[in-house]
Amino acid sequence: MAEKTDNRQVFLNPLSRNNPVVVQILGICSVLAVTAKLEPAIVMGISVTAVLAFSNVIISLIRNTIPTNIRIIVQLVVVAGLVVIVDQLLKAYAYDVSKQLSVFIGLIITNCILMGRLEAFAMANRPLPAFLDGIGNGLGYAAILIIVGFFRELLGSGTLLGFQVVPQCFYEAGYVNNGLMILPPMALIVVACIIWVQRARNKDLREE
Amino acid sequence: MINKQSNLYTIIYIVVLAVVVGAALAFTSLQLADKQRQNADVDKMRQILAAARITPPSDSVMQAFSQFIIRQEVVNSQGENIPGDAFDIDVAAQSKLNDAARQLPVFVCRTAGGETKYILPAYGAGLWGPIWGYIAIDADGSTIYGAYFAHQGETPGLGAEIEKPVFSNQFIGKQIIKGGRFMPVTVVKAGQKPLGDEDYVDGISGGTITSKGVATMLANCLTPYRTFLENLSK
Repeated sequence: MAEKTDNRQVFLNPLSRNNPVVVQILGICSVLAVTAKLEPAIVMGISVTAVLAFSNVIISLIRNTIPTNIRIIVQLVVVAGLVVIVDQLLKAYAYDVSKQLSVFIGLIITNCILMGRLEAFAMANRPLPAFLDGIGNGLGYAAILIIVGFFRELLGSGTLLGFQVVPQCFYEAGYVNNGLMILPPMALIVVACIIWVQRARNKDLREE
Repeated sequence: MINKQSNLYTIIYIVVLAVVVGAALAFTSLQLADKQRQNADVDKMRQILAAARITPPSDSVMQAFSQFIIRQEVVNSQGENIPGDAFDIDVAAQSKLNDAARQLPVFVCRTAGGETKYILPAYGAGLWGPIWGYIAIDADGSTIYGAYFAHQGETPGLGAEIEKPVFSNQFIGKQIIKGGRFMPVTVVKAGQKPLGDEDYVDGISGGTITSKGVATMLANCLTPYRTFLENLSK
Protein backbone atom coordinates (compact mmCIF):
# COMPACT_ATOMS: atom_id res chain seq x y z
CA MET A 1 0.00 0.00 0.00
CA ALA A 2 2.78 2.35 0.94
CA GLU A 3 4.39 1.72 -2.44
CA LYS A 4 1.20 2.59 -4.29
CA THR A 5 0.96 6.09 -2.82
CA ASP A 6 4.63 6.43 -3.58
CA ASN A 7 4.01 5.67 -7.25
CA ARG A 8 1.14 8.11 -7.30
CA GLN A 9 3.37 10.84 -5.95
CA VAL A 10 6.05 9.96 -8.48
CA PHE A 11 3.51 10.39 -11.26
CA LEU A 12 1.57 13.40 -9.98
CA ASN A 13 4.28 15.56 -8.47
CA PRO A 14 5.89 16.64 -11.74
CA LEU A 15 2.52 17.65 -13.15
CA SER A 16 2.24 20.61 -10.83
CA ARG A 17 4.13 20.92 -7.54
CA ASN A 18 7.44 19.83 -9.02
CA ASN A 19 6.82 20.72 -12.66
CA PRO A 20 10.05 20.45 -14.66
CA VAL A 21 9.43 23.68 -16.60
CA VAL A 22 7.80 26.15 -14.24
CA VAL A 23 9.27 24.95 -10.94
CA GLN A 24 12.63 23.48 -11.89
CA ILE A 25 12.98 25.82 -14.92
CA LEU A 26 14.36 23.07 -17.16
CA GLY A 27 13.84 22.68 -20.90
CA ILE A 28 13.01 26.37 -21.41
CA CYS A 29 14.83 26.57 -24.75
CA SER A 30 12.44 24.24 -26.54
CA VAL A 31 9.46 25.99 -24.95
CA LEU A 32 10.57 29.16 -26.74
CA ALA A 33 11.16 27.44 -30.02
CA VAL A 34 8.16 25.24 -30.69
CA THR A 35 5.20 27.03 -29.12
CA ALA A 36 4.34 29.63 -31.76
CA LYS A 37 1.67 27.17 -32.92
CA LEU A 38 -0.31 24.64 -30.92
CA GLU A 39 0.21 21.60 -33.13
CA PRO A 40 4.03 21.41 -32.97
CA ALA A 41 3.77 22.10 -29.23
CA ILE A 42 1.53 19.03 -28.79
CA VAL A 43 3.75 16.82 -30.97
CA MET A 44 6.85 18.01 -29.14
CA GLY A 45 5.17 17.28 -25.80
CA ILE A 46 4.25 13.75 -26.90
CA SER A 47 7.74 13.15 -28.32
CA VAL A 48 9.48 14.25 -25.13
CA THR A 49 7.08 12.17 -23.02
CA ALA A 50 7.74 9.07 -25.13
CA VAL A 51 11.51 9.51 -25.18
CA LEU A 52 11.62 10.29 -21.46
CA ALA A 53 9.43 7.34 -20.42
CA PHE A 54 11.30 4.78 -22.53
CA SER A 55 14.78 6.05 -21.74
CA ASN A 56 13.86 6.07 -18.03
CA VAL A 57 12.71 2.42 -18.28
CA ILE A 58 15.76 1.31 -20.28
CA ILE A 59 18.23 3.04 -17.98
CA SER A 60 16.38 1.70 -14.94
CA LEU A 61 16.54 -1.85 -16.33
CA ILE A 62 20.28 -1.72 -16.94
CA ARG A 63 21.12 0.57 -14.01
CA ASN A 64 22.92 -2.18 -12.07
CA THR A 65 25.17 -3.09 -15.00
CA ILE A 66 26.28 0.41 -16.02
CA PRO A 67 29.93 1.14 -15.17
CA THR A 68 29.86 4.31 -13.05
CA ASN A 69 32.56 6.17 -14.92
CA ILE A 70 30.72 6.05 -18.27
CA ARG A 71 27.15 6.33 -17.02
CA ILE A 72 26.50 9.72 -18.64
CA ILE A 73 27.73 8.36 -21.98
CA VAL A 74 25.45 5.34 -21.65
CA GLN A 75 22.51 7.61 -20.86
CA LEU A 76 23.30 9.80 -23.86
CA VAL A 77 23.55 6.83 -26.22
CA VAL A 78 20.16 5.52 -25.10
CA VAL A 79 18.50 8.94 -25.36
CA ALA A 80 20.11 9.71 -28.71
CA GLY A 81 18.98 6.36 -30.11
CA LEU A 82 15.39 6.92 -29.00
CA VAL A 83 15.35 10.50 -30.29
CA VAL A 84 16.54 9.42 -33.73
CA ILE A 85 13.83 6.76 -33.82
CA VAL A 86 11.16 9.35 -32.90
CA ASP A 87 12.55 11.71 -35.56
CA GLN A 88 12.39 8.94 -38.19
CA LEU A 89 8.83 8.02 -37.19
CA LEU A 90 7.71 11.65 -37.47
CA LYS A 91 9.37 11.97 -40.89
CA ALA A 92 7.45 8.91 -42.02
CA TYR A 93 4.05 9.56 -40.46
CA ALA A 94 3.82 13.31 -39.70
CA TYR A 95 6.01 14.93 -42.34
CA ASP A 96 4.61 18.47 -42.09
CA VAL A 97 4.97 18.59 -38.32
CA SER A 98 8.46 17.13 -38.52
CA LYS A 99 9.38 19.91 -40.95
CA GLN A 100 8.10 22.54 -38.53
CA LEU A 101 9.92 20.99 -35.58
CA SER A 102 13.03 20.44 -37.72
CA VAL A 103 16.08 20.45 -35.46
CA PHE A 104 14.16 20.62 -32.20
CA ILE A 105 13.35 16.91 -32.18
CA GLY A 106 17.07 16.21 -32.49
CA LEU A 107 17.70 18.67 -29.70
CA ILE A 108 15.56 16.63 -27.30
CA ILE A 109 18.87 14.85 -26.68
CA THR A 110 20.17 17.95 -24.96
CA ASN A 111 16.92 18.70 -23.13
CA CYS A 112 17.96 19.10 -19.50
CA ILE A 113 14.79 17.40 -18.26
CA LEU A 114 15.92 14.09 -19.78
CA MET A 115 19.41 13.97 -18.37
CA GLY A 116 18.07 15.29 -15.07
CA ARG A 117 15.48 12.54 -14.69
CA LEU A 118 17.81 9.78 -15.87
CA GLU A 119 20.57 10.77 -13.51
CA ALA A 120 18.36 11.69 -10.54
CA PHE A 121 15.64 9.06 -10.76
CA ALA A 122 16.12 6.20 -13.22
CA MET A 123 19.62 5.36 -12.00
CA ALA A 124 18.26 4.70 -8.50
CA ASN A 125 14.76 3.26 -9.04
CA ARG A 126 13.03 0.18 -10.44
CA PRO A 127 11.48 0.25 -13.94
CA LEU A 128 7.83 0.85 -12.99
CA PRO A 129 8.40 3.96 -10.88
CA ALA A 130 10.93 5.12 -13.48
CA PHE A 131 8.30 4.73 -16.21
CA LEU A 132 5.73 6.70 -14.18
CA ASP A 133 8.32 9.35 -13.41
CA GLY A 134 9.07 9.67 -17.13
CA ILE A 135 5.39 9.92 -18.09
CA GLY A 136 4.73 12.39 -15.27
CA ASN A 137 7.62 14.68 -16.15
CA GLY A 138 6.88 14.40 -19.88
CA LEU A 139 3.25 15.35 -19.33
CA GLY A 140 4.25 18.16 -16.98
CA TYR A 141 6.46 19.51 -19.75
CA ALA A 142 3.79 18.93 -22.41
CA ALA A 143 1.15 20.71 -20.29
CA ILE A 144 3.23 23.89 -20.13
CA LEU A 145 4.02 23.67 -23.84
CA ILE A 146 0.34 23.32 -24.68
CA ILE A 147 -0.73 26.22 -22.43
CA VAL A 148 1.95 28.47 -23.94
CA GLY A 149 1.18 27.26 -27.48
CA PHE A 150 -2.54 27.84 -26.93
CA PHE A 151 -2.12 31.49 -25.95
CA ARG A 152 0.55 32.23 -28.53
CA GLU A 153 -1.40 30.79 -31.44
CA LEU A 154 -4.73 32.26 -30.29
CA LEU A 155 -3.43 35.78 -29.73
CA GLY A 156 -0.68 35.77 -32.35
CA SER A 157 -2.46 34.17 -35.31
CA GLY A 158 -6.13 34.11 -34.27
CA THR A 159 -6.21 30.35 -34.96
CA LEU A 160 -6.06 27.12 -32.96
CA LEU A 161 -4.55 24.01 -34.56
CA GLY A 162 -4.76 25.94 -37.82
CA PHE A 163 -8.51 26.63 -37.59
CA GLN A 164 -9.65 30.24 -37.53
CA VAL A 165 -11.26 30.91 -34.14
CA VAL A 166 -11.22 34.69 -33.97
CA PRO A 167 -14.28 35.54 -36.10
CA GLN A 168 -13.90 37.70 -39.20
CA CYS A 169 -16.17 40.40 -37.76
CA PHE A 170 -13.57 41.06 -35.04
CA TYR A 171 -11.02 41.92 -37.71
CA GLU A 172 -13.52 44.10 -39.50
CA ALA A 173 -14.12 45.94 -36.24
CA GLY A 174 -10.40 46.75 -36.07
CA TYR A 175 -8.96 43.79 -34.10
CA VAL A 176 -5.41 42.88 -35.11
CA ASN A 177 -3.40 39.77 -34.30
CA ASN A 178 -0.60 40.51 -31.89
CA GLY A 179 2.53 39.88 -33.95
CA LEU A 180 4.67 39.99 -30.83
CA MET A 181 3.10 36.74 -29.61
CA ILE A 182 4.75 34.89 -32.50
CA LEU A 183 8.23 36.05 -31.48
CA PRO A 184 10.27 34.08 -28.91
CA PRO A 185 10.25 36.69 -26.09
CA MET A 186 6.50 36.24 -25.58
CA ALA A 187 7.06 32.55 -24.81
CA LEU A 188 9.19 33.58 -21.84
CA ILE A 189 6.60 36.12 -20.72
CA VAL A 190 3.78 33.55 -20.95
CA VAL A 191 5.89 31.01 -19.02
CA ALA A 192 6.56 33.72 -16.42
CA CYS A 193 2.81 34.35 -16.11
CA ILE A 194 2.23 30.61 -15.52
CA ILE A 195 4.93 30.62 -12.85
CA TRP A 196 3.28 33.65 -11.26
CA VAL A 197 -0.16 32.02 -11.19
CA GLN A 198 1.25 28.78 -9.83
CA ARG A 199 3.21 30.44 -7.03
CA ALA A 200 0.25 32.60 -6.10
CA ARG A 201 -1.73 29.39 -5.54
CA ASN A 202 1.04 27.30 -3.90
CA LYS A 203 2.40 29.34 -1.04
CA ASP A 204 5.14 26.82 -0.20
CA LEU A 205 6.75 27.24 -3.64
CA ARG A 206 7.58 30.88 -2.96
CA GLU A 207 11.14 31.83 -2.28
CA GLU A 208 11.95 34.19 0.57
CA MET B 1 31.32 -11.48 -9.50
CA ILE B 2 32.55 -9.34 -12.38
CA ASN B 3 34.38 -6.16 -11.53
CA LYS B 4 32.13 -3.51 -13.08
CA GLN B 5 34.71 -0.77 -12.74
CA SER B 6 37.42 -2.59 -14.70
CA ASN B 7 38.53 -1.15 -18.01
CA LEU B 8 37.75 -4.35 -19.89
CA TYR B 9 34.15 -4.44 -18.60
CA THR B 10 33.67 -0.76 -19.47
CA ILE B 11 34.98 -1.19 -23.02
CA ILE B 12 32.94 -4.33 -23.70
CA TYR B 13 29.86 -2.67 -22.22
CA ILE B 14 30.03 0.42 -24.42
CA VAL B 15 30.82 -1.61 -27.56
CA VAL B 16 27.83 -3.90 -26.98
CA LEU B 17 25.60 -0.92 -26.27
CA ALA B 18 26.75 0.86 -29.43
CA VAL B 19 26.12 -2.24 -31.55
CA VAL B 20 22.65 -2.81 -30.08
CA VAL B 21 21.57 0.83 -30.49
CA GLY B 22 23.15 0.97 -33.96
CA ALA B 23 21.24 -2.13 -35.04
CA ALA B 24 17.98 -0.69 -33.72
CA LEU B 25 18.53 2.54 -35.65
CA ALA B 26 19.50 0.76 -38.86
CA PHE B 27 16.37 -1.39 -38.61
CA THR B 28 14.10 1.65 -38.07
CA SER B 29 15.71 3.51 -40.92
CA LEU B 30 15.31 0.58 -43.32
CA GLN B 31 11.70 0.05 -42.31
CA LEU B 32 10.71 3.68 -42.80
CA ALA B 33 12.90 4.71 -45.74
CA ASP B 34 10.23 4.18 -48.43
CA LYS B 35 7.58 6.07 -46.55
CA GLN B 36 9.98 8.95 -45.86
CA ARG B 37 11.09 9.17 -49.48
CA GLN B 38 7.48 9.28 -50.57
CA ASN B 39 6.75 12.11 -48.11
CA ALA B 40 9.73 14.07 -49.39
CA ASP B 41 8.57 13.54 -52.99
CA VAL B 42 5.04 14.68 -52.19
CA ASP B 43 6.46 17.76 -50.50
CA LYS B 44 8.54 18.54 -53.60
CA MET B 45 5.47 18.12 -55.82
CA ARG B 46 3.56 20.49 -53.55
CA GLN B 47 6.30 23.10 -53.92
CA ILE B 48 6.45 22.74 -57.70
CA LEU B 49 2.69 23.13 -57.97
CA ALA B 50 2.76 26.11 -55.59
CA ALA B 51 4.98 27.96 -58.06
CA ALA B 52 2.25 27.56 -60.68
CA ARG B 53 -0.23 28.90 -58.10
CA ILE B 54 -1.87 25.49 -57.67
CA THR B 55 -2.43 24.56 -54.03
CA PRO B 56 -4.14 21.18 -53.74
CA PRO B 57 -5.21 19.84 -50.32
CA SER B 58 -2.41 17.85 -48.72
CA ASP B 59 -3.96 14.44 -49.40
CA SER B 60 -4.30 14.90 -53.15
CA VAL B 61 -0.94 16.44 -54.05
CA MET B 62 0.23 13.41 -56.06
CA GLN B 63 -3.01 13.32 -58.00
CA ALA B 64 -2.85 17.04 -58.74
CA PHE B 65 0.78 16.72 -59.78
CA SER B 66 0.04 14.04 -62.36
CA GLN B 67 -2.96 16.03 -63.53
CA PHE B 68 -1.30 19.42 -64.01
CA ILE B 69 2.31 18.54 -64.77
CA ILE B 70 1.96 17.18 -68.28
CA ARG B 71 5.64 16.74 -69.09
CA GLN B 72 9.00 16.71 -67.36
CA GLU B 73 12.09 17.35 -69.43
CA VAL B 74 15.77 17.87 -68.90
CA VAL B 75 17.58 20.42 -71.06
CA ASN B 76 21.16 21.62 -71.28
CA SER B 77 22.34 25.21 -71.50
CA GLN B 78 22.00 25.04 -75.31
CA GLY B 79 18.29 24.49 -74.82
CA GLU B 80 18.48 20.93 -76.22
CA ASN B 81 16.62 18.06 -74.60
CA ILE B 82 18.90 15.58 -72.93
CA PRO B 83 17.95 12.24 -71.35
CA GLY B 84 17.27 12.16 -67.63
CA ASP B 85 14.57 12.21 -65.01
CA ALA B 86 13.77 15.84 -64.18
CA PHE B 87 12.23 15.03 -60.82
CA ASP B 88 15.28 13.20 -59.50
CA ILE B 89 17.90 15.75 -60.51
CA ASP B 90 19.74 17.19 -57.53
CA VAL B 91 19.36 20.92 -58.16
CA ALA B 92 21.68 21.72 -55.27
CA ALA B 93 24.56 19.84 -56.89
CA GLN B 94 23.77 21.15 -60.38
CA SER B 95 23.74 24.77 -59.19
CA LYS B 96 27.44 24.48 -58.34
CA LEU B 97 28.51 23.33 -61.82
CA ASN B 98 29.45 25.37 -64.89
CA ASP B 99 26.46 26.49 -66.90
CA ALA B 100 27.52 24.26 -69.79
CA ALA B 101 27.76 21.13 -67.65
CA ARG B 102 24.39 21.42 -65.97
CA GLN B 103 21.36 19.21 -66.36
CA LEU B 104 18.41 21.57 -66.16
CA PRO B 105 15.00 20.20 -65.13
CA VAL B 106 11.86 21.71 -66.62
CA PHE B 107 8.38 20.87 -65.37
CA VAL B 108 5.76 21.68 -67.96
CA CYS B 109 2.45 22.54 -66.38
CA ARG B 110 -0.97 22.87 -67.99
CA THR B 111 -3.09 25.04 -65.72
CA ALA B 112 -6.82 24.65 -65.18
CA GLY B 113 -7.27 27.47 -67.71
CA GLY B 114 -5.39 25.44 -70.36
CA GLU B 115 -2.30 27.66 -70.41
CA THR B 116 1.17 26.16 -70.50
CA LYS B 117 3.66 27.21 -67.82
CA TYR B 118 7.29 26.18 -67.47
CA ILE B 119 8.40 25.60 -63.89
CA LEU B 120 12.13 25.91 -63.21
CA PRO B 121 13.85 25.00 -59.94
CA ALA B 122 16.45 27.18 -58.20
CA TYR B 123 18.80 26.59 -55.30
CA GLY B 124 21.09 28.97 -53.44
CA ALA B 125 22.36 30.17 -50.10
CA GLY B 126 20.67 32.44 -47.57
CA LEU B 127 22.20 33.73 -44.37
CA TRP B 128 22.15 30.58 -42.24
CA GLY B 129 21.60 27.80 -44.72
CA PRO B 130 20.22 26.82 -48.10
CA ILE B 131 17.28 28.52 -49.76
CA TRP B 132 15.47 27.17 -52.79
CA GLY B 133 12.48 27.87 -54.94
CA TYR B 134 10.53 27.23 -58.09
CA ILE B 135 9.70 29.81 -60.73
CA ALA B 136 6.80 29.34 -63.13
CA ILE B 137 7.22 31.13 -66.47
CA ASP B 138 4.61 31.80 -69.13
CA ALA B 139 4.75 30.26 -72.59
CA ASP B 140 6.36 33.50 -73.86
CA GLY B 141 9.53 32.44 -72.00
CA SER B 142 9.75 35.74 -70.16
CA THR B 143 6.79 36.61 -67.93
CA ILE B 144 6.87 35.13 -64.44
CA TYR B 145 3.55 33.48 -63.63
CA GLY B 146 4.32 32.55 -60.04
CA ALA B 147 7.13 31.86 -57.61
CA TYR B 148 7.65 29.72 -54.56
CA PHE B 149 10.53 30.09 -52.11
CA ALA B 150 11.53 28.06 -49.11
CA HIS B 151 14.43 27.99 -46.70
CA GLN B 152 15.97 25.71 -44.16
CA GLY B 153 16.68 28.01 -41.25
CA GLU B 154 16.51 31.71 -42.06
CA THR B 155 15.74 34.11 -39.19
CA PRO B 156 12.02 33.99 -38.30
CA GLY B 157 10.32 37.30 -39.03
CA LEU B 158 13.25 38.51 -41.16
CA GLY B 159 14.89 36.28 -43.79
CA ALA B 160 12.27 33.58 -43.26
CA GLU B 161 9.70 35.95 -44.79
CA ILE B 162 10.83 34.88 -48.28
CA GLU B 163 8.51 31.89 -47.97
CA LYS B 164 5.49 34.16 -47.48
CA PRO B 165 3.24 34.94 -50.47
CA VAL B 166 3.70 38.67 -49.65
CA PHE B 167 7.26 38.26 -50.92
CA SER B 168 6.88 35.65 -53.65
CA ASN B 169 3.76 37.25 -55.18
CA GLN B 170 5.84 40.33 -56.03
CA PHE B 171 7.46 38.28 -58.76
CA ILE B 172 4.21 37.74 -60.64
CA GLY B 173 4.21 39.56 -63.98
CA LYS B 174 7.92 40.45 -63.95
CA GLN B 175 9.85 39.99 -67.19
CA ILE B 176 13.14 38.13 -67.42
CA ILE B 177 13.73 38.94 -71.09
CA LYS B 178 13.51 42.67 -71.76
CA GLY B 179 14.16 44.20 -75.15
CA GLY B 180 15.76 40.99 -76.33
CA ARG B 181 18.17 40.89 -73.38
CA PHE B 182 18.12 38.19 -70.74
CA MET B 183 18.00 39.64 -67.23
CA PRO B 184 16.83 37.57 -64.25
CA VAL B 185 14.68 39.52 -61.82
CA THR B 186 16.72 41.03 -59.02
CA VAL B 187 15.91 41.88 -55.41
CA VAL B 188 16.72 45.33 -54.03
CA LYS B 189 16.18 47.21 -50.77
CA ALA B 190 12.61 48.44 -50.51
CA GLY B 191 12.36 51.86 -52.16
CA GLN B 192 15.54 51.49 -54.22
CA LYS B 193 16.11 50.62 -57.85
CA PRO B 194 18.74 48.42 -59.48
CA LEU B 195 21.49 50.05 -61.56
CA GLY B 196 20.35 48.45 -64.81
CA ASP B 197 16.82 48.42 -66.16
CA GLU B 198 16.03 44.82 -65.18
CA ASP B 199 12.80 44.06 -63.37
CA TYR B 200 13.10 44.00 -59.59
CA VAL B 201 11.16 43.27 -56.43
CA ASP B 202 11.50 44.71 -52.94
CA GLY B 203 13.69 42.80 -50.52
CA ILE B 204 12.84 42.20 -46.89
CA SER B 205 13.78 44.84 -44.31
CA GLY B 206 16.20 43.24 -41.88
CA GLY B 207 16.61 40.26 -44.19
CA THR B 208 19.18 41.82 -46.50
CA ILE B 209 21.48 38.83 -46.86
CA THR B 210 18.62 36.42 -47.48
CA SER B 211 17.12 38.86 -50.02
CA LYS B 212 20.46 39.14 -51.81
CA GLY B 213 20.67 35.34 -51.65
CA VAL B 214 17.39 35.13 -53.58
CA ALA B 215 18.72 37.51 -56.25
CA THR B 216 22.00 35.56 -56.56
CA MET B 217 20.10 32.27 -56.67
CA LEU B 218 17.86 33.50 -59.48
CA ALA B 219 20.79 34.85 -61.48
CA ASN B 220 22.74 31.61 -61.02
CA CYS B 221 19.91 29.18 -61.65
CA LEU B 222 17.88 30.97 -64.36
CA THR B 223 20.78 32.09 -66.54
CA PRO B 224 21.56 28.56 -67.83
CA TYR B 225 17.95 28.37 -69.09
CA ARG B 226 18.57 31.41 -71.26
CA THR B 227 18.63 29.62 -74.61
CA PHE B 228 15.72 27.41 -73.63
CA LEU B 229 13.60 30.41 -72.67
CA GLU B 230 14.66 32.46 -75.70
CA ASN B 231 13.63 29.54 -77.93
CA LEU B 232 10.21 29.58 -76.28
CA SER B 233 9.75 33.26 -77.04
CA LYS B 234 10.42 32.78 -80.76
